[in-house]
Amino acid sequence: MLQTAASPYATPLYDDLIPGGSHWSFIMRRGHVLRLIDETGGANVGMLMYNPENPLERYNMPDTLKNQHTFLLTKGHVLLSDMGRVFASIIHDDLGWHDTVAGTCNADLVEQRWGKKTYQEAHNHYHRNGFNSFLNELAKYGLGKKDLTANLNWFSKVKTDDDGNMTFAEGHSHAGATVDLRFEMDTIVVLHTCPHPMNPASEYPSHPLRYQLFKAAPVTDADPCKISSPEATRAFANTALYHLMQ
Amino acid sequence: MIKQSTLKPENAAFRETVPAGEYFLKVVKTGETVRILDLEGNQAADTLFYNAHNPTERYSAVDTIREQGNVYLTAGSKLMSSENNVMLEITADTCGRHDTLGGACAAESNTTRYALEKKCMHACRDSWLVAVTEHEELGMTKRDITHNINFFMNVPVTADGGLTFADGISDAGKYVELEAKMDVLVMISNCPQLNNPCNGWNPTPIEVLVWS
Repeated sequence: MLQTAASPYATPLYDDLIPGGSHWSFIMRRGHVLRLIDETGGANVGMLMYNPENPLERYNMPDTLKNQHTFLLTKGHVLLSDMGRVFASIIHDDLGWHDTVAGTCNADLVEQRWGKKTYQEAHNHYHRNGFNSFLNELAKYGLGKKDLTANLNWFSKVKTDDDGNMTFAEGHSHAGATVDLRFEMDTIVVLHTCPHPMNPASEYPSHPLRYQLFKAAPVTDADPCKISSPEATRAFANTALYHLMQ
Repeated sequence: MIKQSTLKPENAAFRETVPAGEYFLKVVKTGETVRILDLEGNQAADTLFYNAHNPTERYSAVDTIREQGNVYLTAGSKLMSSENNVMLEITADTCGRHDTLGGACAAESNTTRYALEKKCMHACRDSWLVAVTEHEELGMTKRDITHNINFFMNVPVTADGGLTFADGISDAGKYVELEAKMDVLVMISNCPQLNNPCNGWNPTPIEVLVWS
């Protein structure tokens, strides 16, 4: 982890804990780092990203995967918008594999797998689902169902065999596992801590997210994410052009 | 899975050839079958589906692959909507595999994938934007352009998490056939991509047939 005393990542500007089965959103400013920490192990963090200046620009799973010839996300990868730009770079990752292809759980899925637990019955431990959680947060920005896209699932791993059959990796993430995202553009970050839709656990998995904010170190021309591929380098060039007159 | 159709083109209620670089837009009713035919081979048909009565419900790549537990589409695949409903089922397929992870080309993704100066080249997402703009009655905009199916494309995922582009499974006369389980709006961009071998650097027409 990037946590030496001399490092800008030693003392967070802000530190917060989001309970399991919850949702939240905020704007990340470019030049800052969002650190995601799996506090207890077993977390799943569903995430969507939009440009606050024009929310029609949003995280694009296919562009992110095909530009980097990858099915998984880890350190060195960049998270691309549908406009050929970089929302964020993954500058640190303890796990080596995060999912962005399996989508999010919905009300039917949660009820079928883990039963229905209403607010009246369970108060803050009621069963929320990722689909409605995203919609709840998106509405705060005037966004809705039409804006839902394939989401990221931090701390979760879904792999395939040679025939394309998908498997959820149980026990993939451990307590303290950390991912650092350096934002290259201002970004609306929408997230939930609802279970991964392929998690086979018998009880509704409810794991909190600790997140911290830092001022990022400057991005140099030798930045590992910037030079990770010609595609990433060109996406950084598009992002620099976007900021040319700022 | 290779599965031949028993339907005969001469009995189709509707036939239309879609030139490369053009879009196709049509409602297919519940119970009808639509065939997309690769006329000359190695063409990519970038396809989106919407609930014809409420386009906020649309084809969802991630829900589809998760619910069937497999990243590839072929005969037997049920195409799921963003609201967890079956939209269509693939009932015949002479290609054997179709991609839904690679998404559609855009002017902007052409800049990152190929070269910054490719920004003005034709792309599928531009074709869809023209489609929704020319059909204001649909009430659709860029917000409705989501993650699509690439019929006739082969994008293998490796066990260690790689994504590769291995085209060439389609050929002249190969087709995929789908039965609608709800009234669906079918929106196809017949891919104009000139920068990669998905079309053999030579985009060609497709044909769309519908049986009532």
